[in-house]
Amino acid sequence: MGKTIIEKIIQDHTKEEVKAEKIVWMDLDIRSARDFGGPNVVKNYEEEYGDAPVADRKKTFFTFDLCVPPSSLRYADNQQICREFARGQRIEVFDVDRGIGSHVLMEEGLARAASTVVGTDSHLNILGAVGSFGQGMGDVDITFAFKTGKTWFEVPQTVKVLIKGSFSSPTTAKDLTLYILKKLGTKKAALKAVELYGEAVRGLDLPGRITLCSMVTEMAGIIGFVPEFGDSLKAEIENFSGTIFSPHKADEDCSYSDTLEIDVSGLSPQVAVPFAPDNVQDVSELKGVKIDSGFIGSCTNGRTEDLALASQILKGKKIKEGVTLKVVPATKRVYKEILERGILEDLFRSGAIISNPGCSGCAEGHIGLTGKGEVQVSTGNRNFAGKQGKGKTYLASPAVVAASCLTGHITNPKDV
Amino acid sequence: MEKSFISGRIWVLLDQNKRLIEDIDTDQIYHNAFLHITEVSQMGQYALGNLEGWKDFSKKASPGDVLIAGRNFGAGSSRQHAVGCFISLKIGLIIAPSFGAIYFRNAVNSGFPVLRCQELDELVAKKALETGDEIKVNFRSGEGLNVSRNTHFKAEPMSAVQYDIYEAGGLFNYGKRISKG
Repeated sequence: MGKTIIEKIIQDHTKEEVKAEKIVWMDLDIRSARDFGGPNVVKNYEEEYGDAPVADRKKTFFTFDLCVPPSSLRYADNQQICREFARGQRIEVFDVDRGIGSHVLMEEGLARAASTVVGTDSHLNILGAVGSFGQGMGDVDITFAFKTGKTWFEVPQTVKVLIKGSFSSPTTAKDLTLYILKKLGTKKAALKAVELYGEAVRGLDLPGRITLCSMVTEMAGIIGFVPEFGDSLKAEIENFSGTIFSPHKADEDCSYSDTLEIDVSGLSPQVAVPFAPDNVQDVSELKGVKIDSGFIGSCTNGRTEDLALASQILKGKKIKEGVTLKVVPATKRVYKEILERGILEDLFRSGAIISNPGCSGCAEGHIGLTGKGEVQVSTGNRNFAGKQGKGKTYLASPAVVAASCLTGHITNPKDV
Repeated sequence: MEKSFISGRIWVLLDQNKRLIEDIDTDQIYHNAFLHITEVSQMGQYALGNLEGWKDFSKKASPGDVLIAGRNFGAGSSRQHAVGCFISLKIGLIIAPSFGAIYFRNAVNSGFPVLRCQELDELVAKKALETGDEIKVNFRSGEGLNVSRNTHFKAEPMSAVQYDIYEAGGLFNYGKRISKG
């Protein structure tokens, strides 16, 4: 019997014979913690292991991205707790200037194809974008991983999803992602690995893959992979990460728990309506929904290409009076790129606020929070009640958010 | 001490339509506004603090109580706090048809009992499990008894790894136990 991609990655990291639904102990290539969860990891570690060294300091990292630089004293304290532990253990810290940890791990070539990576970020399965098995875990798991370099894991079943048809601008990878989420809901991929095939996903560039794989979390899936790719993607990822891109492919005779088809022919822009990410409608159904604010950023849509797309729509125009647009680059590298390419200036001149990189509103960070009654259209990945404050958050592509900020209501980018 | 059984009074997490609430995410269980707290003992007061209809849960619950929830309980973020808040309240067990993947791990690793039960929606619909009932569950076999009604139900037993970690009192103790081998 052949193996699926997730079975192959896990098999590379354990001596036990891997098959779906079996619990195995596996080795972890990278173990990380953030400024959320991180302080709990330090506390656990010191209580359980005292000053004993971590299993491998070169495979262990802190990535501060939640509340950066800290806007509250408690986060300032928590980050310092992690820094001091890191100094004692000689662990590298990607500090408050670096941006979203999962993205930094990809940029640095630490999360690479066929590797296993854990951290305290529930969207760490975003690393499926580069063929890595990333998994968000709680602070007990991560503490144990710091000390032992291992974790137990129930090998997930894999569902194969064939995406049929193709679409064109202004529909983007985010619209595709939201539509797939609408079709899979939180049940069809729940607790499973997902392999996505078909023309519409094969052609996705790395930022598009990041967007798609990031929202496997909202599908309640374990990890998502897009196994097929062209030569340009291999060069793109190798250039991006400075590492060789050589991901696993599924065996012909591997076993899938289910095979599903989703037709995306001629797909229009999609929007997730509060308060569930899979409550997705066509943008045309939401015409006239007035907005107070827009947000472009997050691990889902915070790459240079996402911000460039928004700036193409906003360039030379002004955001509607009374609407605020908040832009947060995913990482310091993205910040540098938008600065050098003039994207930052175009966004600024249109009236946008541009903050330093990080997770921002998704976790009560600096910007992206809503007040009671506020309506926000966001490129983020979650719109649960209360998640970003008491307002209502609609999820959409950077293009839809930019267009909506020009008109003051939810707008199809082709109409501006 | 025999750890494979637990008995307690149940809280059935129903919505206004008397159905089990599904997809309760970790922000509803434990809001991100309180993530700075690192002491488990301080977490209980915020349990279900953002779940409509259940915001006063921490005041109503007693040690040993059992929570009955809908499918995909604990969806969303990786916060251990969403398990810690129930440990803090000394809740004895959570049963749901399914759990968020990370949530389930967090509970197992904390030595906090969680069981999956596929027939839960049906049991609740026919009122075989109602808030206030006393139940007894065997973790190894999954056999459940509603003591108040003298009816039986079946949950999935704990896997060997889950039971061993639970029995050791959490992942850290389990790790120390196996490393002494």
